[in-house]
Amino acid sequence: MSEMPEAMIKINNVSKWYGDFKVLTDCTTSVAKGEVIVVCGPSGSGKSTLIKCVNGLEAFQQGDITVKGISVGDPKTNLPKLRAHVGMVFQHFELFPHMTITDNLSIAQIKVLGRSKDEAHAKTMKLLDRVGLKAHAHKHPGQLSGGQQQRVAIARALCMDPICMLFDEPTSALDPEMVNEVLDVMVQLAKEGMTMMCVTHEMGFARKVSNRVIFMDNGNIVEDATKDDFFGTPRSERAQQFLSKILSH
Amino acid sequence: MNYHWNWGIYLEQIKGGDETYLDWLITGFGWTVAVSLSAWVIALTLGIAVGVLRTAPSKVVVAISTAWVELFRNIPLLVQMFLWFFVVPELLPREWGLWVKQDMPAKEFMTATICLGFFTSSRVAEQVRAGIQSITHGQRMAGLAMGFTLPQTYRYILLPTALRMVIPPLTSEFMNVFKNSSVAFAIGVMELTFQARQMQEDSEQGIETFLAVTVLYFVCAFTANRVMAVIEKRAQIPGNIAGQH
Repeated sequence: MSEMPEAMIKINNVSKWYGDFKVLTDCTTSVAKGEVIVVCGPSGSGKSTLIKCVNGLEAFQQGDITVKGISVGDPKTNLPKLRAHVGMVFQHFELFPHMTITDNLSIAQIKVLGRSKDEAHAKTMKLLDRVGLKAHAHKHPGQLSGGQQQRVAIARALCMDPICMLFDEPTSALDPEMVNEVLDVMVQLAKEGMTMMCVTHEMGFARKVSNRVIFMDNGNIVEDATKDDFFGTPRSERAQQFLSKILSH
Repeated sequence: MNYHWNWGIYLEQIKGGDETYLDWLITGFGWTVAVSLSAWVIALTLGIAVGVLRTAPSKVVVAISTAWVELFRNIPLLVQMFLWFFVVPELLPREWGLWVKQDMPAKEFMTATICLGFFTSSRVAEQVRAGIQSITHGQRMAGLAMGFTLPQTYRYILLPTALRMVIPPLTSEFMNVFKNSSVAFAIGVMELTFQARQMQEDSEQGIETFLAVTVLYFVCAFTANRVMAVIEKRAQIPGNIAGQH
């Protein structure tokens, strides 16, 4: 399962410490091109840390991670260049508050990818249209709702033509009625064949579009199973407990 | 009170010269503005740079920039004026020291400007550092995740937000620069306080003299305040307090 020929993301025996505290223990998995992986687990289990290791936002001390064959942990790797092509969506949106929505989407296209202003603007408008927010292009992030901000954040990542997308609890900070508008965009993306690694507790999303579910506890990958196996018969007791709690409400 | 009021004193000629006292005050006002504005340019440039470096990932860089801040904010400004004027030229290589002491144009002005600029830079640096540190870690990560280098992340994301947040404390610093520039009289810059003392001794009209000087300082500081208020208003982000979620 974890050794697919066309692995986009390969995580191999990764361990990470904060001082003496071990937050990740020998994590191994991989994400094939076009695959959608959901990472779940109780808070403090290391899932956000793991996903941030994938684009090198968090350093790890052992093991290695490659994205499309490029080693993230190698000091010689040009991390900014790698990150420019790995889209990331954060729990708290992290739009740039002082820029208009248009500028939020354009600035990295211009300053990082070197696109012309016109080219960047065209791409920006195309993606804003796609997430249904073209009418808000001139506004600032503070003038949008949480759901709208998160859709902008997804569009911002897509502007960079990412080879894969990382989602770090993209709906956890949203009011309940805004969760679906964000999930709809993510489902659409998954259906188009985007490679995605999503830390989320949205089990409906996992059922609908994911290929595999990874369950983490205490910095360990406890379960790494196909969607049907995971929801049908999770092997570990910890995952069973977690599922019964999360699905009972 | 046996004080002899003379409100016409400003237009009277100084003793043994053809200038009026008003001319002295105007000259003083000009030097005060010149020293203050030049020092503010130095303070902002160095202060922003040092403030940024204080939040850098390198321990060595943080230590050096912290040392800068502590050096310039723990010594009284008046003592710093004397240090720059009397001590620093002696510490320079002989040729340079001689040049500073004998040939440097506008020696007093240059010294006072550098001194006040460096002194204020340490205070600006602290404000800028606080502004950067008040931004959530997520903003830095978002910048890096987009492919920006760390310097680009500062340039396009962290600093624009941080500087907006510290406009109110920077307003105080800008006003302080004008007020602190009065210390420059001690090394002979012919600014407002210098001229005031000269006028008071020459005219023996202390109240009129210092009243005029008070008004002129007030005008400087108040103008600085208003200019910053306009900047603050124009920099406001619609629908948002900078950096807030």
